[in-house]
Amino acid sequence: MVKDDIVIDVKGLKNSFGEQIVHENLDLQVRRGEIFGVVGGSGTGKSVLMRSIIGLQPPDEGEITVFGEPTIGREETEAIEIRKRWGVLFQGGALFSTLTVAENVQVPLREFYPNLDLALLDEVAAYKVVMSGLPADAGPKYPAELSGGMKKRAGLARALALDPELLFLDEPTAGLDPIGAAAFDDLIASLQKTLGLTVFLITHDLDTLYAICDRVAVLADRKVIAIGTIDELLALDHPWIQEYFNGPRGRAALAAKDRPAKSEAARAEQTGAER
Amino acid sequence: MATFEPEQGGRTLRFSGDLTLAKIGDLDQRLRAQDGAIEQLDLSGIGRIDTIGAWIVHRFAAEKNAKIEGLDEDGEYLLSQVKEADQPVNMRPAHVSGFARVLGEIGDAVVVTGQTLYGLLGFMGATTLAFGHIIRHPHRFRFNAVVQRFEVVGVSALAIIGLMSFLIGIVIAQQGAVQLRQFGAEVYTINLIGRITLRELGVLMTAIMVAGRSGSSFAAQIGTMKLTEEVDAMRTIGVSPMEALVVPRVLASVLMMPLLGFYSSLIAIIGGGLLCWISLDIPPITYVQRIREVVPLTDLYVGLVKAPVFGAIIAIAGCFQGMLVEGDAEQVGRRTTSAVVQAIFLVIVLDAFFAVFFSSIGWI
Repeated sequence: MVKDDIVIDVKGLKNSFGEQIVHENLDLQVRRGEIFGVVGGSGTGKSVLMRSIIGLQPPDEGEITVFGEPTIGREETEAIEIRKRWGVLFQGGALFSTLTVAENVQVPLREFYPNLDLALLDEVAAYKVVMSGLPADAGPKYPAELSGGMKKRAGLARALALDPELLFLDEPTAGLDPIGAAAFDDLIASLQKTLGLTVFLITHDLDTLYAICDRVAVLADRKVIAIGTIDELLALDHPWIQEYFNGPRGRAALAAKDRPAKSEAARAEQTGAER
Repeated sequence: MATFEPEQGGRTLRFSGDLTLAKIGDLDQRLRAQDGAIEQLDLSGIGRIDTIGAWIVHRFAAEKNAKIEGLDEDGEYLLSQVKEADQPVNMRPAHVSGFARVLGEIGDAVVVTGQTLYGLLGFMGATTLAFGHIIRHPHRFRFNAVVQRFEVVGVSALAIIGLMSFLIGIVIAQQGAVQLRQFGAEVYTINLIGRITLRELGVLMTAIMVAGRSGSSFAAQIGTMKLTEEVDAMRTIGVSPMEALVVPRVLASVLMMPLLGFYSSLIAIIGGGLLCWISLDIPPITYVQRIREVVPLTDLYVGLVKAPVFGAIIAIAGCFQGMLVEGDAEQVGRRTTSAVVQAIFLVIVLDAFFAVFFSSIGWI
């Protein structure tokens, strides 16, 4: 594999909080253009892994490179060049509460491209807001006026503001209704297709895993115990993996995977007819 | 850098370069400045394109009613996504003129103040009811919770209140001595220290300190519990938040305030005495004797009567603001601030009333 094709490279990562060791000797590689899912039981440090990669949680040991550049111990000015190229969606949306949704979306644009003019900024905020699946009148609203799911979408709009090459999503579909979650999956998949995004996705949502993930990493026992497509994971003999994917919910999600295929075909015909 | 050239007599614009956010430059401004009829936008010569490039091209094409040609499949898809997202949206809150806004804000402030006072009155009533309920059902009294509050409100505050009072005693003595020396009346410094600390400053400064320490923490604690739905969970289990959260805090403040106030007055008198000893050469024995002669016992009563009332006000304002928290975490901060401001304001207003009251009943 060419080195350029690896977007995130984690080697020998160790993270601990006091006595409690979260990661030890964790290795991980994410390739360009894939939707990479991370699963694991509660408390296995999925969010901590993401925070380490984006440089919010300095690890005890290990090397992390993103786009071939190390993210640990960088000066703020050096890190900015990498930060321009990624977008992060936190679990609760992490919107700035004193700014409207539109202003939230404009923050990264203003920060990195200060000479864009106001009219264009507003237009960009408008289409990003609509693209993320928010109603068109959500732009001037403050985060406190939004529901949890809407906050998440607004957070996604902000994460996508710079048309990033790499998108980090921390449980994007948690707390969304099934219709909203499926729409979110579609949205991520279509963005991935249009923009050639690489997506690093932490999720508990088996439907999301089946629907959009190219590869999945399983976190357990302080490290990544397996990486591969879901079919490859299913072939493994690890009890946790078997229980995760072959439990009642896992089977239901697998069954559901075939159903949307039909409805998608139907939708494709419909849109075809409209044209 | 993204750019474009007119072709075929200006009816076609041919784009080149990367139409991406990083390379877009002033393409938008230049396109907006482009006049005349354009029939076709030729994108076959561009490099990469992202949503911002697609948006600018799409908007220009829609404005000029031009056709977009030469995009590859991915580009077409991107363009269709952007097209779908093009809806008339107002991105800014509706504009209001300055004068109307000032009027509106004054009106809002009046309404909010009225509502807050009304709500506070209601909350005092609810607290009284909760107390009445507990008196009728003594087994519902949460002894442990109250004792725990005693510690937080009272014992942990001893150090900071002691230090503050000591310094205030010194300052009063020093300022008093400087002024009274001009009339050769330094000895009245002792009257000043004894009377002002016991009557006013001991309790007042303690109230301000307790409002800052405990009133704010009441608001923040209860506010956070509201946010995490702990208060709602309590209700569903059948525990009354008024009894479990508000009563212990109010009781602790009411009982701790007189003790803290008395302690504060004593420490201030000690601080003042120290300064008198050092700078006025009044020995401690004489100082204590003079204090006993010039400070009537009613001064102590004045302080001790006010203290529990202040304690109640501080705790009720704190709990009330905490209970008002709704929505997001920012509210917790805002409500905590209001709790302290409200408590200190009410304490000072009440103190003025008390001053008039005690003078008129002859405790001067």
